[in-house]
Amino acid sequence: MREFVYTITDAEGIHARPAGLFVKEAAKYDCKVTIAKDGREVDAKRIMGVMSLGVKCGQEIVLRTEGEGEENALEELSKFLRENL
Amino acid sequence: MKLEGKSVFSGIAIGKCKVFGKKESLVKRNKVADTASEIKRFSQAKEQAKGQLALLYDKALREVGEANAMIFEVHQMMLDDLDYVESITNMISSQGINAEFAVATTGDNFAEMFAAMDDDYMRERAADVKDISNRVIGILQGDHSRGELGDEPVILLADDLAPSETVQLDKSKVLSFVTRHGSTNSHTAILARTMNIPALIGVDFPEEAEGKMAIVDGKKGLFILEPSQEELETYRELRRQEEHSARLLQELKGQENITKDGKTIQLYANIGGVGDVASVLANDAGGIGLFRSEFLYLESQDYPTEEQQFKAYRTVAENMAGKKVIIRTLDIGADKQVGYFNLDKEENPAMGYRAIRICLDRKDTFKTQLRAIYRASYYGNISIMFPMIISVDEVRRAKALCKEVEEELKCEGIPFSDVELGVMIETPAAAMISDLLAEEVDFFSVGTNDLTQYTLAIDRQNPKLDAIYDPHHEGVLRMLRMIIDNGHKGGCWVGICGELGADVTLTETFLQMGVDELSVSPSMILRVREQIRKSNASI
Repeated sequence: MREFVYTITDAEGIHARPAGLFVKEAAKYDCKVTIAKDGREVDAKRIMGVMSLGVKCGQEIVLRTEGEGEENALEELSKFLRENL
Repeated sequence: MKLEGKSVFSGIAIGKCKVFGKKESLVKRNKVADTASEIKRFSQAKEQAKGQLALLYDKALREVGEANAMIFEVHQMMLDDLDYVESITNMISSQGINAEFAVATTGDNFAEMFAAMDDDYMRERAADVKDISNRVIGILQGDHSRGELGDEPVILLADDLAPSETVQLDKSKVLSFVTRHGSTNSHTAILARTMNIPALIGVDFPEEAEGKMAIVDGKKGLFILEPSQEELETYRELRRQEEHSARLLQELKGQENITKDGKTIQLYANIGGVGDVASVLANDAGGIGLFRSEFLYLESQDYPTEEQQFKAYRTVAENMAGKKVIIRTLDIGADKQVGYFNLDKEENPAMGYRAIRICLDRKDTFKTQLRAIYRASYYGNISIMFPMIISVDEVRRAKALCKEVEEELKCEGIPFSDVELGVMIETPAAAMISDLLAEEVDFFSVGTNDLTQYTLAIDRQNPKLDAIYDPHHEGVLRMLRMIIDNGHKGGCWVGICGELGADVTLTETFLQMGVDELSVSPSMILRVREQIRKSNASI
């Protein structure tokens, strides 16, 4: 399992549109991808779950990947987070 | 009865009310024996719903732009969400119930989860879940709408309107929206704004309003139910005035930007992307005075290639059909950050590493953009202007890069046209040496937002300073006069592309200073034209 901790800088937080973009991105990888906020973890490939975290600007999330290709997935997804959120 | 609400779009509407009923059509719980085929029925309805949403996305894209249309793409994703789908299929198979009831229950559960969250924006998501669920239920039940509009245009009253409902409405039948719930940031509010009709939210109207006369005052945020004769007269008069000025503006289309004493100036539009060209043409702008090229970089995950940029610039140049298109080279840094540039965080970004300072440092990136612009120049009438200039040396270095690009293209046999070069005057330093800069370039365009911020030493982002931020400050106006005089002496034409350019209380002053061009947002073109035609250029 790999982990990446990130603080959201997008003013809107992970709301509808950015959540949609992120879920689309996560769905590209075969391995398990989750994000967690304050200990609550959700499947990053499911938009309702991701939106239900209600992540706001300035809040910290933990991105985890597990399974085949976890390293590459973590690298690409953390890059995506840094660039978009 | 007078009710107060929050205005999301101003304007006046007078007409009969139509209460848009809630679509919580009763969903009955039925036992189903063949759960497999019930699940199939749900899947088919879900696919059909996605198809409808795809069409709505296209409609919204055309009418209100990509950013606002995106919600319908998110809706499609929500319909495919595994948590949502699994909840519904589990309910059908484990409880042996009908698809309608499973969808309604699941929709309610998810909506409750969002509604309970401590965040306005997330509460909007509750409406989204209900919206998609109702769409599926509607398909399952074989009915499609929750209220047909008659022939007579009405003031639409609703608890709340789902974004999809707003887009689907026949706009010629709706005078105004009034809702009980919703926030000024809701998609519905945004859509109302882009549709240009008065809209109020947070109005607790009574159900008995159905069919009664009402007035919506979008300026004051008032909803007047069963207005008195006197109120009706007053508002009819106000609406007449509004319509008159709207008509007047329409009449100004195709007219010259000429003052009473016969001076003509150029009136151009500011744009931030290829998609804005339609409104530039619709509002009859004479050209594009500021094409912010940042969007190419902001929308991209990595440096946009020469080819990508070339296509965008060429499309705009071709659509403008020979009218001037002034492309401002990359202005990132400060409040516009792009991740892949890997810029350091700064204490004082407005005065930091940005715009031409980055471009002259990272010549390869800059040259990619310049090559794309020069190649596109062959397909229209393109000019280039450099942002954040403070010295003659910077201009010379930027010009040298343009020369290099020209030479390269010549060697490669790639065609290009003459490209006028100009600078943005947005620092006090540039203003003070505008006589020297005028020797170097073909034109000036004054960026009043930054020029004002730097001249007054007031950070635009600091709301505490709003009260003393005076865009009409004599210091700024004197500087403007000096820039125009120096530009003219050096053979440059001089324009204004900052927000001040659209300030009609200053239009006559600008004309008297001798400004040659004003570049404003597309929606302000005709308003400024009207003002020019009322002004005198000589004192």
